[in-house]
Amino acid sequence: MSYFKPINKHPNLEKNKLGLTRRDYEGGVSTLCAGCGHDSISACIIEACFRLNIEAYKVAKLSGIGCSSKAPAYFLNASHGFNSVHGRMPSIATGANCANEDLLYLGVSGDGDSASIGIGQFIHAIRRQVNMVYFVENNGTYGLTKGQFSATNDLESKNKYGEDNLFPPIDLTSMAIQLGASYVARSFSGDRDQLVPLIMGAIQHKGFALLDIISPCVTFNNHDSSTKSYDYIRNHNEAMGKTDFVPLGEEIKTNYDDGSSVEVKLHDGSRLSLEKTDHNFDPTDAGNSLELIREKNKEGKIITGLLYVDNKCKPLTEIMDLPDKPLNTLEQDELCPGSEVLEEINKGLS
Amino acid sequence: MLLFPEDPQECFEFSAEAFNLAERLQTPVFVISDLDIGMNDWVTDKFEWDDEQKYDRGKVLKAEDLDQMDNFGRYLDVDDDGICYRTYPGTHPEKGAFFTRGTSHDEYARYTENGDINEQTLTRLVKKFRTASELVPNPIINLSEKQGSSGVIFYGSTSAAMYEAKDILNENNIEVDLMRIRSFPFNLDVWEFIENHDLIYVIEQNRDSQMRTLIMAEGGISAEKLRSLVWFNGDPIQAKFIAKKIYERESQQTLIT
Repeated sequence: MSYFKPINKHPNLEKNKLGLTRRDYEGGVSTLCAGCGHDSISACIIEACFRLNIEAYKVAKLSGIGCSSKAPAYFLNASHGFNSVHGRMPSIATGANCANEDLLYLGVSGDGDSASIGIGQFIHAIRRQVNMVYFVENNGTYGLTKGQFSATNDLESKNKYGEDNLFPPIDLTSMAIQLGASYVARSFSGDRDQLVPLIMGAIQHKGFALLDIISPCVTFNNHDSSTKSYDYIRNHNEAMGKTDFVPLGEEIKTNYDDGSSVEVKLHDGSRLSLEKTDHNFDPTDAGNSLELIREKNKEGKIITGLLYVDNKCKPLTEIMDLPDKPLNTLEQDELCPGSEVLEEINKGLS
Repeated sequence: MLLFPEDPQECFEFSAEAFNLAERLQTPVFVISDLDIGMNDWVTDKFEWDDEQKYDRGKVLKAEDLDQMDNFGRYLDVDDDGICYRTYPGTHPEKGAFFTRGTSHDEYARYTENGDINEQTLTRLVKKFRTASELVPNPIINLSEKQGSSGVIFYGSTSAAMYEAKDILNENNIEVDLMRIRSFPFNLDVWEFIENHDLIYVIEQNRDSQMRTLIMAEGGISAEKLRSLVWFNGDPIQAKFIAKKIYERESQQTLIT
């Protein structure tokens, strides 16, 4: 069941330039597990849209299937939403983008949706430079189907039931940079201070923007042998692992100085090691970015922040030289060449 | 929705029609071509375009329409034809936005687990399919002069072979009534033809008699009435094969051609 929030608002809520409050950017009440990282990301999307004075009706929210893909119902109620088939959101986004490039496209996907069933679509949306913000709410697990390994789960990371993961992870950020994504960032759902500006940057960016956001699954991938958290308080996690108990968590928040590596405690005490990109790093050099990600991976650290940006890229609609007027507003006289042109074609065939 | 063109010329016509149907019915339309049509050289009538025909963009509301409405529901069947009005994203600042869900929903596109509402939604789609059957291309029916002739159903690239087979059969004093199915869902003309015949051959170029199965499932037609004639060696179907099979069944004799 989903519930709708009361429409009454406090009269003194802060307003943006459009005269809207944050509440005007909200969605339905989330049905995700309490403490789910995805809800924190939704809150960051709301914050970014509020701060950027986005008109919600000029936004299209798209998703595939999975816990992550439920999330668009929980922000921007005034926007159009499209919940597509599993892994097929990039196709819908590509088509919609060509039909009307004037809208802001927010695609919300997960590690299962993007790194397995939809990886072909993900690759080609990047390669074609679709102008969109592509969120991967990455928890390393199939939460909706009770915790199977996803393709971003680390090799050494067991599942909740103690089973070994047999296959190495796909690093979506490295892959995206190699394929030509023009804005690539990684963040952590609990780090609002880092994430909101990254989302704002991605929205403002023209071209394919990937946000790979580590978003802990409190129910299935938050135990001591998971690398989407750090092994910690073994006994506590063992108890968690054997039940489907969902802890009543709070939103995870971290604050740390630029350039430092920090450990963040998750709900149950397990941790993530996060390192920010320092000020000397040049995020416009793809080679450097790939090297940095690889180095940090080797050290067992997860690098977060803006990893790569190419502000000179051409988005899909420019590559294809589409008209300025949205395709979905073109009328028959602009689209149909008519019988005379057909006659010419027929002549050419005889 | 399926359209079954018989040759490249009809592929051209049906492809344009498919866009109209897809936007009117808000559903994908498959134009069922095949390897023969797609890969072989054909002689067809000239491709023609009637400049008078207009694109059908279907039921799409603009901002001014929404301004005059109190009550927009994405799945409200206001015209009682099973097809509801939609909006393009970004049409109006306050009205017209909706969420296309992968779950059950009510007439306002809101999530629901209410069984009665879900039944209503699914029943509306039955109505929509009925509307669709009135919009898709009619079958082409070609009746013989002899009362009580057997019927023949065929579709797609079987056409040329079927018409040649009919000539062979006529030369051998066998009359048949023909119906070329051009679309799915089937309309009343299709059911009437089936109703009016005791025995019908269903000519197909697939192993499993898929069209026959579809007719049986959709219309509750008995298996005995629909005699399957299938050709599936990969080459285009031959007139001699069709004529031979029908002749043998109709005359209880072997046809020597």
